[in-house]
Amino acid sequence: MKRLRRTMMFVPGNNPGMMQDAYIYHPDSIMLDLEDSVTMAEKDAARLLVYNALKTIDYGTTEMVVRINPLNTPYGKKDIEAVVKAGVDVIRMPKTETAEEVIEVEREIEKVEQELGCVGRTQIMAALESTLGVVNAYAIATASKRMMGIALGAEDYCANLKTQRSPEGMELLMARQTIVVAARAAGIDALDTVYSNLNDMETFRKEVELIHQLGFDGKSIINPRQIEIINEVFTPTQKAIDKALAVIAAIKEAEKKGSGVIAVNGKMVDRPVVIRAQRVIDLALASGVIKQEDIA
Amino acid sequence: MSTLNERHTLAEQVAQAMGKSVYNNVEAHKDITPRLELQQKSPKLMTLEEAIRHSGLKDGMTISFHHHFRGGDKVVNMVVDKLAEMGFKNLHLAASSLQDVHEPLIEHIRNGVITEISTSGLRGELAKEISHGLMEKPVVFRSHGGRGEAIASGELHIDVAFLGASSSDPLGNACGYSRSENAKSICGSLGYALPDAHYADKVVILTDDLVPYPNTPNSISEHDVDYVVEVESVGDSSKIASGAIRDTKNPRDILLAQQAAKVIVNSGYFKNGFSIQTGSGGASLAAVKYIRQSMIDQDIKASFALGGITAHMVKMHEEGLIERLIDVQSFDKVAAESLKNDSKHKEVSACEYASMNEQGAATHYLDIVILSALEVDVNFNVNVLVGSDGIIRGAIGGHPDTAEDSALSIIVCPLLRGRIPCVVNEVTTLITPGRTVDVVVTEYGIAVNPARPEIAERLKAAGLKIVTLEELRDRALSVIGNPAPLPFGDKVVGVVMNRDGSVMDVIKNIVE
Repeated sequence: MKRLRRTMMFVPGNNPGMMQDAYIYHPDSIMLDLEDSVTMAEKDAARLLVYNALKTIDYGTTEMVVRINPLNTPYGKKDIEAVVKAGVDVIRMPKTETAEEVIEVEREIEKVEQELGCVGRTQIMAALESTLGVVNAYAIATASKRMMGIALGAEDYCANLKTQRSPEGMELLMARQTIVVAARAAGIDALDTVYSNLNDMETFRKEVELIHQLGFDGKSIINPRQIEIINEVFTPTQKAIDKALAVIAAIKEAEKKGSGVIAVNGKMVDRPVVIRAQRVIDLALASGVIKQEDIA
Repeated sequence: MSTLNERHTLAEQVAQAMGKSVYNNVEAHKDITPRLELQQKSPKLMTLEEAIRHSGLKDGMTISFHHHFRGGDKVVNMVVDKLAEMGFKNLHLAASSLQDVHEPLIEHIRNGVITEISTSGLRGELAKEISHGLMEKPVVFRSHGGRGEAIASGELHIDVAFLGASSSDPLGNACGYSRSENAKSICGSLGYALPDAHYADKVVILTDDLVPYPNTPNSISEHDVDYVVEVESVGDSSKIASGAIRDTKNPRDILLAQQAAKVIVNSGYFKNGFSIQTGSGGASLAAVKYIRQSMIDQDIKASFALGGITAHMVKMHEEGLIERLIDVQSFDKVAAESLKNDSKHKEVSACEYASMNEQGAATHYLDIVILSALEVDVNFNVNVLVGSDGIIRGAIGGHPDTAEDSALSIIVCPLLRGRIPCVVNEVTTLITPGRTVDVVVTEYGIAVNPARPEIAERLKAAGLKIVTLEELRDRALSVIGNPAPLPFGDKVVGVVMNRDGSVMDVIKNIVE
């Protein structure tokens, strides 16, 4: 089953209490942050905390991501060394603008992995937070075989664009669509930016519905209270699940018969339908509306 | 013929035979003062010092207080200051509970004014000092139901009760709210004060809103009241009850509340006419909010909510989801106002609430209770009184009463509070015995008492994650390591009474 990334929860890397508790809300991914949520004075302490959190706390099957400081700061290399040694799943690069930056990070990861004897273990995702980054989206998405996704960082992007965020998000439409298209073309995931007003859950839900419709795999979040809404929006309807189950059953039936042609209710089923059905099943399983035995 | 005069002789004979005197019409007189004026001359109306003198209070006697004004209470400190000033010594202070605000008692204990305390809880500096061995005699801790029962049975005899009220007339008809324009405070139910009012030898009402007779409907009846004292303030309203619904935004509390709600809905007890109580923790209070939707969806109505009444419960009552509210303590201003205005919102005494020997006690008819905890151990025992640092920092409240009497008791408790594990091998102090606890809800899974396999089955069928308390304990230890043992001394500073009058556990002093 493909890993779902509906929710990627930001957790400040200098807050042990939040790092310890993050798992209980069951986000699909937890992103421990060493970058913007940590002040200069606390960079080393936070790195040590994040290292120990990854080593000590049982996060179950949750995907563990760490946002590192850029390589052009004094912290970037040390961050990579620490979190790769701690066994992180994904390194998130902030403010990525070119494919070369990805290659540079990959090189640093590989150095540490060679030392540990686990080359290729660590994945990379890049946050595109500037117009240049968005323009280079496809090049960045395909810069390394370690790339698992690209994400939009809207605050910096809007500043760069000389505008600000609106509830409707018109100003982000181009960037969002560029990112989804680039990610799909590269065969990786597309993740949307954070929404930070926790007192306006209505607008948040609308934004989630929008990015769901645009084709995003999920969204970065800043508070556990946002998880339920995203999961609700991303959970398929019973009608969609029934249809997907019928498609999967038809595939199994066809395989048993050795037939190359798959049909549901007398209609031919082609490849996109199968892919969509599999995604519906994955989402339904992840959200618990169906169980593994329902598919068999 | 039979005239009054003729019968008088006969009446004298009958009176003599009965050992009575004959009515003397001459000595009877009529008071013609207008009654509004007469009220002001009520012989019960006096100053605090006069009331203390009239009450016959002596050194070594027991005085009592209620805690409905919570952190805003001014009555305890005011009265004990006065008693100290008047030179009293060796008094036994029996309060329904004590709070941070009662720190001045430390000096009164040092000076020998107070030498004994009975309470449901202790907090703040006073609790810290007592934990370190401030008092010679151990503090006696009772649950709310246990205290009511002890007062009713005479085990806890109260000589003089000093009861704060938000309104009283000059005869002592008193309430935890006021209907006058001069209302200064509001606390709602006076449930914990009612046994004191009923059973104490002498009862002093202290009020900051003296209203004209008759202050009806009343909580405390003039029949039980000996003295009425008007004071500037009985409590700081802002610290008694908040005006708004207390809605937790803490994501972990929300998670725990949602899980507890799922437990309730799938427990088998979620049926039309069920009854429910919630404890005072953020998560247990919030759980009500999350069962509301299920009640609407499944067209289920509760017959009553008990407690500990909150704004959430009042709202659901007004929506028709909860038929009646039974209120021993109002948790916020919305609940207090509702008690004042809604006849289906009933005030009950601590005895009617949770006394084990009172057949009609509300807890006996309670289906579900949601409670919080400082610690739960692997045998489902619960501690709500003593912190993991060995210092007293809580209150028994109605915890063991409701856990024992309800059909289903649910404890809601995080696995870890910062670096402190809340699921442990053995509780620091035993308050609620494990045999009375059915379900423990944590953020890492739900544990069901092995004595209730049917509940475990129902929850599993609903897709909830069932774990053992041992698994939870191990998970906590894997994150925070094994805590060092607490440095307890040899002195007993507290005794925990079970509601049946037996000694449940003792609390030893903590050494720095």
